[in-house]
Amino acid sequence: MSNNPFYDPSLKHRHRSAYMLKLLSRLSILFTLGFLLFFLFDMVRTALPATWQAYVQVEVSYSERAKKFTRTAVPKEYRKVVSRAWLRNIPRQMEEDPGLLGTTQLLWVLADDQVDQYLKGHYHNLKEKEIAFIERLKTENTIKLDWNGVFFNNGDSKIPEYAGIRSAIVGSVLTMLVTMAIAFPIGVMTAVYLEEFAKDNAFTHFIEVNINNLAAIPSILFGLLGLSVFINLFGLPRSTPLVGGMTLALMTLPIIIVSARAALRSVPASIRQAGYGLGLTKLDIVKDHVVPIAMPGILTGSIIGLAQAIGETAPLIIIGMIAFIPDTPQSIVEAATVLPAQVFTWAGMPERAYVEKTAAGIIVILVILISLNATAIYLRKKYETKW
Amino acid sequence: MKLNGDTSQFKIVAENLNLHYGDNHALKAVDLAINEREITALIGPSGCGKSTFLRCLNRMNDLIDEVQIQGRVIVDGKNIYDKDVDEVAVRKRVGMVFQQPNPFPKSIFENITYAPLKHKLVKKGTEAESLVESSLKSAGLWSEVKDKLHSPGTSLSGGQQQRLCIARTIAVKPTVILMDEPTSALDPISTGVIEDLMMQLREKFTIVIVTHNMQQAARISDATAYFHLGELVETGTTEDLFANPKEKLTQDYIRGRFG
Ligand SMILES: Nc1ncnc2c1ncn2[C@@H]1O[C@H](COP(=O)(O)OP(=O)(O)O)[C@@H](O)[C@H]1O
Ligand SMILES: [Mg+2]
Repeated sequence: MSNNPFYDPSLKHRHRSAYMLKLLSRLSILFTLGFLLFFLFDMVRTALPATWQAYVQVEVSYSERAKKFTRTAVPKEYRKVVSRAWLRNIPRQMEEDPGLLGTTQLLWVLADDQVDQYLKGHYHNLKEKEIAFIERLKTENTIKLDWNGVFFNNGDSKIPEYAGIRSAIVGSVLTMLVTMAIAFPIGVMTAVYLEEFAKDNAFTHFIEVNINNLAAIPSILFGLLGLSVFINLFGLPRSTPLVGGMTLALMTLPIIIVSARAALRSVPASIRQAGYGLGLTKLDIVKDHVVPIAMPGILTGSIIGLAQAIGETAPLIIIGMIAFIPDTPQSIVEAATVLPAQVFTWAGMPERAYVEKTAAGIIVILVILISLNATAIYLRKKYETKW
Repeated sequence: MKLNGDTSQFKIVAENLNLHYGDNHALKAVDLAINEREITALIGPSGCGKSTFLRCLNRMNDLIDEVQIQGRVIVDGKNIYDKDVDEVAVRKRVGMVFQQPNPFPKSIFENITYAPLKHKLVKKGTEAESLVESSLKSAGLWSEVKDKLHSPGTSLSGGQQQRLCIARTIAVKPTVILMDEPTSALDPISTGVIEDLMMQLREKFTIVIVTHNMQQAARISDATAYFHLGELVETGTTEDLFANPKEKLTQDYIRGRFG
């Protein structure tokens, strides 16, 4: 031992502390990861049944009487099995295709949500007689679980099997378009002005502090602001993507400004000097050299701001975007709802069938968020300047 | 050259130039005349104001907050600090090359054409192409990059990047080129290449170079100015100044460095 010139008695202890620290850090990562995985697994498990929907094969007779009393279009014993929402649609079908009148068709039609839940093994409130009937249909192979296109093609509905997420997706997209159309240009311009043109004085400092504080304001206050200014003062139509987008733009602005300024600040000063040394104007340098170099960072920050806005619910509830919206909005001035608000609505519904729809809605939001983040990473990697 | 009366034969004349960074008096009553088509070297210990003086010659100091400049800098007979002079126009005629090569993260071609196109010196197309060729040839870089004009300027080696920066400066057709320690970030071989290049450029341009390397000043410059703590201590032809420095400070500095 004494002939080892590298022997240091304190090292053993120091190495052990380092090892302990490493172990603790790994455990905490494992803990976080565990929670995340549990959450994801539980969500996916709950949401998975929503991808399937019960359909039943039935003789539909498009008679004159069925136009008025839609229930009579199907045989009596099927009336509890077939979706009421689908039956309600019969007159419209006949209007669109007058040739249907008087014919009888063997069709696969949407089943009632209770039937659907029964087939999936969930809680249901069917009576003995109805269960026996369904079991008979099963043996005849005239009832099945199939791909749930309804969920992606329909808007909200008070009839669970007819409720879909489409109007919420379109509402979210329209709202985000408005948000970005407002927040991105204003945010980037503000950042460019503050970072490149503004004098470093008390006034710009005051603005800076306020922008940073804006990012920390609870989002619900932005909702109140949107309600009192955009709706009450300007008289813009409530519950619409226009107002929702404008409100979220206020919220997203500070995020974009702060991240764009950071991106601009990270552009090396030598690039600006190179430009000045060539007799270029400040505008030339900023527009053609500094902003393009900062753009990947600006985009990343903006996408992260957008992702946050997509998940935002509270301010939109205040401006009325929680309304029941069965029809997909066609423009930004029609009443609409957004994904998280839709999930919130479904979560409060009493019917068991909405549970899986709630989970599926959350999955849709997650997928959108993950794709947005992936896009941000891709853009940053693809366009970042290689020095 | 020290000033004595008539200054019209000089390319650049600084008269009683004082500069303050806030409270820091960085240039103290500097008088210096610079000949046309010569290389003038600015030497002196670190922090003595060489770069500050250099930046006064194309008004780059205007970009720094809290700077105050008094005195005159006359280029081609006109005080560039006059009210009717636009500093952007000054920098077009008095180009600058920096210590760290700083090509734009764009192609070699665009690095050269960007500013001339902005200044409307050339049109897009063949005019711009021949400007790229002539500038790169003047900077001794053409044969090395002619097959990869559209690859990024930042992909070149350090010495090549610096020559690209020189080519980019030449392309704007300045009459004066200011260089602030242009070789201090480069290896000896690239330094030699750039020194040779400067000797050639001297035929067309007036060059003012800041260097901390006195052998370099001795090798390439025609005139040398020695700065100390913001003051111009001594100036003269390089041969004279290195052989018989008149001031004690200059002697100490030159002896100290030459051993
Ligand atoms: N941008 C600046 N802002 C404030 N002070 C500066 C700035 N640049 C240089 N100085 C000061 O001016 C003095 C001269 O600096 P500089 O011209 O860079 O010296 P040199 O190039 O000879 O090493 C130094 O005291 C330095 O601290
Ligand atoms: Mg310097």
